[in-house]
Amino acid sequence: MTALTPLPEKVATKSIDKGIPEMESSKKKSTSPTQLLLGVLFGVIFGFLLQKAGVAKYHILVGVLLLEDFTVVKVMLTAIIVGSMGVYGLHGLGLVKLHIKPTRYAANIIGGLLFGVGFGLLGYCPGTGAAALGQGNWDAIAGVVGLMAGSYLFAEMSGWLGRTVMKWGDRGKLTLPELVHMKRTTFLLIWVPLLIAALFAIDQFATR
Amino acid sequence: MTRIAFTVITLALAFPESAVAAPPGTNPLAYSGPAWSPYLVGAFIGLLSMATLYFSDKPLGASTAYARLAGMFGNLFNRRRTESLKYFQENKPVVDWEVMVVFGAVLGAFLAAWHGSELTAEWLPAMWVARFGEDSLALRIGVALLGGVFMAFGARLAGGCTSGHGISGTMQLAVGSWISVICFFIGGIAVAMLMFRLS
Repeated sequence: MTALTPLPEKVATKSIDKGIPEMESSKKKSTSPTQLLLGVLFGVIFGFLLQKAGVAKYHILVGVLLLEDFTVVKVMLTAIIVGSMGVYGLHGLGLVKLHIKPTRYAANIIGGLLFGVGFGLLGYCPGTGAAALGQGNWDAIAGVVGLMAGSYLFAEMSGWLGRTVMKWGDRGKLTLPELVHMKRTTFLLIWVPLLIAALFAIDQFATR
Repeated sequence: MTRIAFTVITLALAFPESAVAAPPGTNPLAYSGPAWSPYLVGAFIGLLSMATLYFSDKPLGASTAYARLAGMFGNLFNRRRTESLKYFQENKPVVDWEVMVVFGAVLGAFLAAWHGSELTAEWLPAMWVARFGEDSLALRIGVALLGGVFMAFGARLAGGCTSGHGISGTMQLAVGSWISVICFFIGGIAVAMLMFRLS
């Protein structure tokens, strides 16, 4: 396993806040044998957890879209709460770099809605679809083929989309604390309790 | 009157299941729930996200893997065309960390289902059958294919999926990720309601 060289805190924060593209550390090249092996390991854990959470099951995934089974929301919110504190904690210690995806209002909304339509039709998403296939839901095979076809279709249109839709409302690596002009730590101190409260409310009112 | 009521109550007590048993139909709650607490699993996924950032300098995600695989197939059929596309110039169609995560997820889910005796080995989910019938395999395949196409196109346009935006992006407080995941659910709820709740 490759040793991690921690960056001095200020340097790490600066490079991210300015939105400078981060250099991929050569020690963590995503096609190196070590990283491929780590990928399988993380993937096995991820798939194992998804199946145990029941989110590889068609009726549980469709259940959340019918607003009747809130298992998916419980898993996601808990992961977000733990992850927010954990990732920003590690980042504060200079141990990890952030990977904030760009905010592009038009692309996020149009792409998000199209994704949602696909989610409703297929009943699995890219991660849970892999898990559904693993547990023996063979209809996920059609989903995987569709996912690859849709990706290629996007690639065919990527030149045009990059010149149009993906430029509309492009705000770069925008985060919620920046949006409301708050310090990150202050924001988290309000945000995390809010998410926990939402989780408690769901636990109280949802049957499952 | 009292005699009828008494008989009904006696019967209900004697055969409690027959009194309440109804076919599960399209009620998702009538089917099996999660094996483990969703809160426990959620916490583990949060920790896993920290681990992938620390050890691999990568946020947990799934959808890009399908795009890389699509590019690899594209290279088999029409290499020149595939290499000319902007997306594949920026995202090389190679087996990388994320492709391995998706392969690993298939294996991990198999192990979990095997461990919990939840292996299904079926072409049609029970709730789908309850709605669309036993002989709806062609419909299911068509709908799943179409769903996959919409989903991957949308994920690439939005910049991620339920993992990349929905978990990794939201936990890093990215505005685009929160907008995307809300739109995932709006689109999904609309279609699922049309498919399962329209009479």
